[in-house]
Amino acid sequence: MSSDFPSDPSRRNALKCLAFGGAGTLFVLAGGILTPLDLALAASEKGQSADSGIPLFLQISDTHIGFNKEANPDVAATLKQTIDLVNAMPLKPALTIHTGDITHLSTAEQFDHAAQLLAGLNITELHTVPGEHDVTDGPGTEYFSRFGQASDNKGYYSFDHNGVHFIALVNVMHFKPNGLGALGDDQLAWLKADLKGRSSSTPIVVFAHMPMWTIYQPWGWGTGDAGEAIEALKRFGSVTILNGHIHQIVSKVEGNITFHTARSTAYPQPTAGNGAGPTPLTVPSDQLPAMLGMTSIKIMQHPLHTALADTTLA
Amino acid sequence: MLTTHFRRAIMIPLGIGLLIAASVTQAQQTNAVVIKNFMFAPMSLTVKAGSTVTWKNLDGEPHTVVEDAGLFRSSALDQNDSYAFKFDKPGVYKIFCGIHPYMKQTITVQ
Repeated sequence: MSSDFPSDPSRRNALKCLAFGGAGTLFVLAGGILTPLDLALAASEKGQSADSGIPLFLQISDTHIGFNKEANPDVAATLKQTIDLVNAMPLKPALTIHTGDITHLSTAEQFDHAAQLLAGLNITELHTVPGEHDVTDGPGTEYFSRFGQASDNKGYYSFDHNGVHFIALVNVMHFKPNGLGALGDDQLAWLKADLKGRSSSTPIVVFAHMPMWTIYQPWGWGTGDAGEAIEALKRFGSVTILNGHIHQIVSKVEGNITFHTARSTAYPQPTAGNGAGPTPLTVPSDQLPAMLGMTSIKIMQHPLHTALADTTLA
Repeated sequence: MLTTHFRRAIMIPLGIGLLIAASVTQAQQTNAVVIKNFMFAPMSLTVKAGSTVTWKNLDGEPHTVVEDAGLFRSSALDQNDSYAFKFDKPGVYKIFCGIHPYMKQTITVQ
């Protein structure tokens, strides 16, 4: 199963040919607008139409390396399927973004295994943010010893690529017993300073693990102080906010801001409020590949917009 | 006479042994917390100072046991993993899961 905006019937045909589903969204910069593109489509001839643009980046999320329960006893295999799908794309983006929960239990062994698997991606530049599963020790020692350099061990950072300004935010640290994720005052002050003086016509991509809007409060699916960040982003003409955490796609558009959560490559979770909690969801094995995937993103220029495409492993 | 004395000598230690076994079992039950369906059970617990509380995670999803003021923090507990902490000082301790911080528990130490 795949979804994309705007819809493209040819993509649907392309997907029918896929034996296994894949896993990710490709973001493409085409004339100024970010466009998500199915990986399946990108891998097909039809995906190379002139208006589809250059894939800008790929988002993978919630790989949960180390998980081995019934919902998916082999998460390394499904990540590898995802990577194979990416590597088969004729037009590969330059960047991959991992929106957290790289590991299941934050152990050194799990991080090492994840690094070994991700090294198989034929896309050299990898940017990450931690998920709460990556920092279960509190300070996130294992995560920061591997990925802290980009941010001087703060976890949040920004960079530019192809005229797009990318902002990585951390909303899984310093949890308080009230439920939602948090950015904190220091990070919010940094974000405002980072955006200050930047032209409103600069396309912005924000990525963080937990949803930057409240999808379901009882399960903590939101970020308590995200509103302040959104306020600072409102003046920009094209803002794309990408999250993971909930292992399923939920999206919304608010003004110039597109919010989107990616599928996991490891296991699905129930829809909001369906069951006791956001626990790994066990489905019949033939249904699992259709519930795992990734997102690809394009940026279109005239008019400036993002196009997102979600691809599954089935 | 000899037979009676002998029997009494055996019965008394046996009785004490049973009493000790019973009280240990009771203490373990009182101070055992299970984590199931994204909840600490019981959600509030009162123990005596010096007691050790044990948490066992029964969920397929990992949880941590974190004391809000920073007194202790377990590592990520996978399914059927346990964590124990000995409460020496009386007080009210707020516990939550560091992965799912909406999961909360209050432990009162008397």
